[in-house]
Amino acid sequence: MTDQLLLSLVSGIFIAGSAAYLGTLMLSKRMAIVAGPLGHLALPGAALALIYGFSLSLGAFPFVILGIIVIWLLEIRTKLPMEALTAIVFAAGVGIAFLFLPIDKAEAALIGNISQVSIYETLASIVLGTAVFFGVNRSYSKIILANINEDIAKTQGINVKLYNLIYLGSIAIIVALGVDLVGGIMTAALVAIPASAARNVTKSLKQFGVTSGLFGILSAIIGILASKLIGLPAGPLVIIASAIIFLITVPLAKV
Amino acid sequence: MSDVLLEVKNYNVALDGSTIISNINFSVNEGEFLTILGPNGSGKTVLIKSLLGLLPYAGELKWHKKPRIGYLPQGLNQSSVRDMPMTVKDFFALKKVKYEEIFKYLDLVGLESKVFDKKAGFLSGGEFQRMLIAWVLSTNPNILFLDEPTTAIDVAGEETIYSLLGEIWKSQKLTILNVTHDLNIVFARSTHVLCLTRLGHRCFGVPEEILTPAVLRDIYGSDIKFYKHNK
Repeated sequence: MTDQLLLSLVSGIFIAGSAAYLGTLMLSKRMAIVAGPLGHLALPGAALALIYGFSLSLGAFPFVILGIIVIWLLEIRTKLPMEALTAIVFAAGVGIAFLFLPIDKAEAALIGNISQVSIYETLASIVLGTAVFFGVNRSYSKIILANINEDIAKTQGINVKLYNLIYLGSIAIIVALGVDLVGGIMTAALVAIPASAARNVTKSLKQFGVTSGLFGILSAIIGILASKLIGLPAGPLVIIASAIIFLITVPLAKV
Repeated sequence: MSDVLLEVKNYNVALDGSTIISNINFSVNEGEFLTILGPNGSGKTVLIKSLLGLLPYAGELKWHKKPRIGYLPQGLNQSSVRDMPMTVKDFFALKKVKYEEIFKYLDLVGLESKVFDKKAGFLSGGEFQRMLIAWVLSTNPNILFLDEPTTAIDVAGEETIYSLLGEIWKSQKLTILNVTHDLNIVFARSTHVLCLTRLGHRCFGVPEEILTPAVLRDIYGSDIKFYKHNK
């Protein structure tokens, strides 16, 4: 195994695993799709990163944070449903991206460049992926309770705003990292597909989180290895692997 | 005579500049079953939420003892958990209830221990409502705030839930604040009633003494017969 392949696999495992775990929370908040528009918003940042030659995730991060703040403020101010805000942010993100994105350099921004990931980016994936895992793990039951009913959570002494902030911060990190793995237009798949597949085959919260994480990791490994074997880009292959896992779970779904 | 638990004086709640509750006075003694009665839009839920510290208020709100609050809000229905793979055990784990405690409370509401590993979203409507009552009791509260706890279930289920609540209220020596617009519940279960009307009139006392036909007309307007027959 080459060093580059090892770096790609390690990055992919940490990004996809923590994204899939976070995805179980996003699915239960009906927010799985939000990672999509945020990824689109990351595109201008990814474009800047490509022009000036720094990490895609680093370029994406400030734009994702901006997107989250915009959604958060709009939600408080307008109380519009999340799907409507998502549509607005999504369209704005794509519009801005196409103004800035140099078309000749668009490929990496659109489908990721995990195959060329550096040692520093790999270390960042390990550190940030682990941070997201523990952040989500520690706040999981509190966020679920607040999902079911925010007022009950408050009467239990839970600081709902703080946990929302941890949750949104985790989404920002995952989307920025996800741009490296699968590019700016498919980040929603990293959180939505493994979590949906896991929901089909599990009946408790613990199984849900563990299974989703494993599905995410498995997709990353299959996608990156397949890319090495057949010479096609890794990002789309990771998503396709994930989608195939989902399809396999469909007949097993209990509704 | 039992001790005063909660005292509310000159109590006002305003939301977005409009007054919802104005100048209310009442008190709750330990062990009482107080029903907050009123038509839709009279501010029952707003009152409960402000008492719980979820909405701002003006006036005096005094707890004579530190309350251990259990709260079952309106509209906590099964669809909110059906999306998730969540067992009954998971549901209790959200409140960090110990295993053996869970079985104790399931037993108290007449649920078999085998529901423990079932998906909460797939219980029957009645079972789910019982589970919620076990859930609200599981943090060992001394006062329950229930906001229309039977809206999601049919009339027969409603009677079962209220007789269960009545039994638990007695056996656990609880204090209950219950919101409803159902007069039958008031007469059958409550020791006291606080009524709210959209016009801002109110009454407080023992149901049989204060709920005269004139007062009921004031609460519900001329619809009262129609209303009663439809419940």
